[in-house]
Amino acid sequence: MNTLIILSILGVITLFAEIFRFRKGLFPLILIGLATAFAFTAMEYNHPQVYFGMMNFDNYAVVFSCSILIIAFLWFIMAKNYFLQETSVTDHFALIIFSLVGAVVMVSFTNLTMLFLGIEILSVSVYVLAASDKANILSNESGFKYFLMGSFATGFLLFGITLIYGVTGSFDLSTIQQHLSTSNQPGLALAGVLLLLVGLSFKSSLAPFHFWAPDVYEGAPTTVTTYMATVVKTAAFAAFFRLFSTCFAGIAGHWTDVLWWMVVLTLFIGNVSAVRQKSLKRMLAYSSIAHAGYIAIAIVSMSAASASAIFFYTFTYSISSISAFTILFIVSRHKGSEDILAFQGIGKANPLLSFAMTVAVLSLAGIPPTAGFFAKYYIFFNAINNGNTLLVLLAVIAALIGIYYYFRVIIAMYTKPEQQLVPIPTTLLHRIVLVITTILTILFGLFPNLVLQFI
Amino acid sequence: MPIIALLIFTFSTAVIGLFIPIRYGNRFAFISSLLVFIYSLYLFITFPISPDFQYVVDCPWIQALGIHFKVGIDGISILLVMLTTFLTPLIIFSVRKSEPRPRAFYSLLLFMEMALIGVFVSMDGFLFYIFWEIALIPIYFICLLWGGKDRVRITLKFFIYTLTGSLFMLVGLIYLYLHTPGQHSFDIQSLYAAGKSLGAGEQSILFWFFFLAFGIKMPIFPLHTWQPDTYTDAPAQGTMMLSGIMLKMGIYGLIRWMIPMLPLGLAQNSEYVMWLAVAGVIYAGIIAFTQKDMKRLLAYSSIAHVGLIAAGIFAFNLQGLQGGIIQMLSHGINVVGLFFIVDIIQSRTGTRDIASLGGIRLKAPYLATVFAIIMLGAVALPLTDGFPGEFLLISGVFKYENIAGAVAGLTIIIGAVYMLRMYQRTILGETSILTDNFTDLTAAEKGVLIPIVIMVILIGICPGLFLKVSEPAIMKLLSGI
Repeated sequence: MNTLIILSILGVITLFAEIFRFRKGLFPLILIGLATAFAFTAMEYNHPQVYFGMMNFDNYAVVFSCSILIIAFLWFIMAKNYFLQETSVTDHFALIIFSLVGAVVMVSFTNLTMLFLGIEILSVSVYVLAASDKANILSNESGFKYFLMGSFATGFLLFGITLIYGVTGSFDLSTIQQHLSTSNQPGLALAGVLLLLVGLSFKSSLAPFHFWAPDVYEGAPTTVTTYMATVVKTAAFAAFFRLFSTCFAGIAGHWTDVLWWMVVLTLFIGNVSAVRQKSLKRMLAYSSIAHAGYIAIAIVSMSAASASAIFFYTFTYSISSISAFTILFIVSRHKGSEDILAFQGIGKANPLLSFAMTVAVLSLAGIPPTAGFFAKYYIFFNAINNGNTLLVLLAVIAALIGIYYYFRVIIAMYTKPEQQLVPIPTTLLHRIVLVITTILTILFGLFPNLVLQFI
Repeated sequence: MPIIALLIFTFSTAVIGLFIPIRYGNRFAFISSLLVFIYSLYLFITFPISPDFQYVVDCPWIQALGIHFKVGIDGISILLVMLTTFLTPLIIFSVRKSEPRPRAFYSLLLFMEMALIGVFVSMDGFLFYIFWEIALIPIYFICLLWGGKDRVRITLKFFIYTLTGSLFMLVGLIYLYLHTPGQHSFDIQSLYAAGKSLGAGEQSILFWFFFLAFGIKMPIFPLHTWQPDTYTDAPAQGTMMLSGIMLKMGIYGLIRWMIPMLPLGLAQNSEYVMWLAVAGVIYAGIIAFTQKDMKRLLAYSSIAHVGLIAAGIFAFNLQGLQGGIIQMLSHGINVVGLFFIVDIIQSRTGTRDIASLGGIRLKAPYLATVFAIIMLGAVALPLTDGFPGEFLLISGVFKYENIAGAVAGLTIIIGAVYMLRMYQRTILGETSILTDNFTDLTAAEKGVLIPIVIMVILIGICPGLFLKVSEPAIMKLLSGI
């Protein structure tokens, strides 16, 4: 709860910064604010408390909030320069902070209305941010598309909530759970569950509801894309799992088959489409769809370990993604192109950039000793433990396809030397982000216990 | 502790090597790998003749999942660790001064040594898998950055090929882990117990999962299609690493992990895999016979040799296993020597084409002699290192099945034919335009080749020196099934 209060105050202060003209001090203030929010959230660890019957800050919520705050912290360091060059820096920062409020609500709700509110707070901010590069037509398209598709998904979500309410007479998760586990299920409740499944699949870009993702990711400014691929994805999956593991675990037989097929589709559509991309940004967008597929395996094979598997995966995926997107941002800014070919020759000219990119890409591809390997391992292990061996075998094949396109980046960086090797200038803040994310990626790969012990 | 020291030392030299001034890069890498060799030689000399694991270190790593950092050395792994630490300094020493980006090259070689040692000492399934995969990263970059002109396509094929096998092995490992008795654990003994508790049908499926991983790495026919291209296109040192040490990971995996875990799986399928291995011996031998490129010829000869080793191991008797172990050592030593000689010839003449060479003996008697000795080792002449291994292997296969033994025995003839033919066409006869100005071995090249020649003869004359170390461990392995 403290997290929400601190973040909301921080958001309001950020808005006032425009009026009182202390833009220069804004950036440190936000970092301090996020750190404070993190500290207060961490203090709630092991002290679960229910607020107004609407939110429950149990360990699941605390751990996910903390990871979201850490990612947001890294994101701000990464995105600072980009937004400072624009005029409306305070608006953008405020929007991000408000969307963080939504994310925290999404990971802690115990009531369907809060789920809806959280998703909306998060989404509306991100709709605006996606279109924030006003001069760029692609960014406008991206924001508009995201908004239309997002509202569509929200419609499904609301419809689902209504049907569930119609059957159970309550928005409260535990009441719904009791109701659904005792009585015979009418078709109406099952329809509601499926509609919620569709709505949340939209938000977490699971096939066949992923169509918005590539265009939106590609059109939005790279920093906003980073935010969508990391924080938004983490929050979406945290909410997805929180809802389906509590409310609908009792009737899992009715929706796991559907989700099983959706996962297979997502894995193959994501990975196979990524192979064909020339633009790295678009490739990362498809790869982010594919990663959603891996994460959803943990929801299909629901067990006690699923929560930690999802947590580890989203957290490490976010860290590696921040790294990869930061480098994409630096390189595309310098060369004016987001193509994979723009990376040619930076292996020689920028050893730090290319090393960080290599580690990030290896992590995304799931090669040891990076964190991405353990994340995949844990997901696979959990799935086999729950008898989903066939799904794991399919995911393994999808992961092999993934190697092909991830390695294209490495190959581009190291094999084709450019004529003139001019190092790409990097700012200190970007170097800090890259060093932190690279170290964390390897550290969590070697010692996953550092993260896993918390959940 | 000695094992941890080895791993940490090689890893830190790999990291430090990146920051050493370029002038000292070669010396630093060579001296540090030499130190590793001296230390492991000390371990080898003081190694007790015992069937048990020595120097075991066991500390919890990911406690909740029963994953431990558990390493130890027994009679089988000490020989492979020795092979690794013996060959790495030679491979590093063989790097030419003109190599671009030398520091990264040395670091990758040292990093790879660390991973290979790790594979051979792991006593925890998860740890084994991690080292197994880590070893792939440096060799990928070595081939990608310093390879021939078609390297991008070939190295990616190699990587995806081997990773396919690895991932299936991972699925198999997880499956076995979930069947370990009591608190789940990746400990080697628990995995043995888990595997044996399964029925023949399940073991058989898992057998093929593991076979895919190890069979691709070795490679066994028909999983070998990545290998000739990769060997041909990789830089000389990469080929040496791949053929000399890395393919032993696959054979070691068979002996240490797959067969003890899945004895019924082997019993069910041994007929198939035995014939696959034997078929590979003949197939690769015949193809080697038609090769025009020296490196490619050696690549196919390597498939033939490995096929024979695999056949001996699938026979799973004392002769077969002991022969497999000793042949791993001698094949590693021979093939590194041969690939280096090919590299020397290529660097002087600019070609590996057998037909356009000839008469090198007239210009470089030293090279011709060394080549002859190593080549005779490869064709298993008595008193060279190839002989005890092939003799034991063929008698092991023969014991398992007469016909298979007889067919596998053909490899001695085929091997002699293509190796002698290559030797004759390149070294003997009249000089060609390309070999007219051939210079003999330099001091540095002798420094690499003389230790190899010594080992060729040493293993040939007293194989017992090595066989007696691995025998207790092999006996224990055989009695456990």
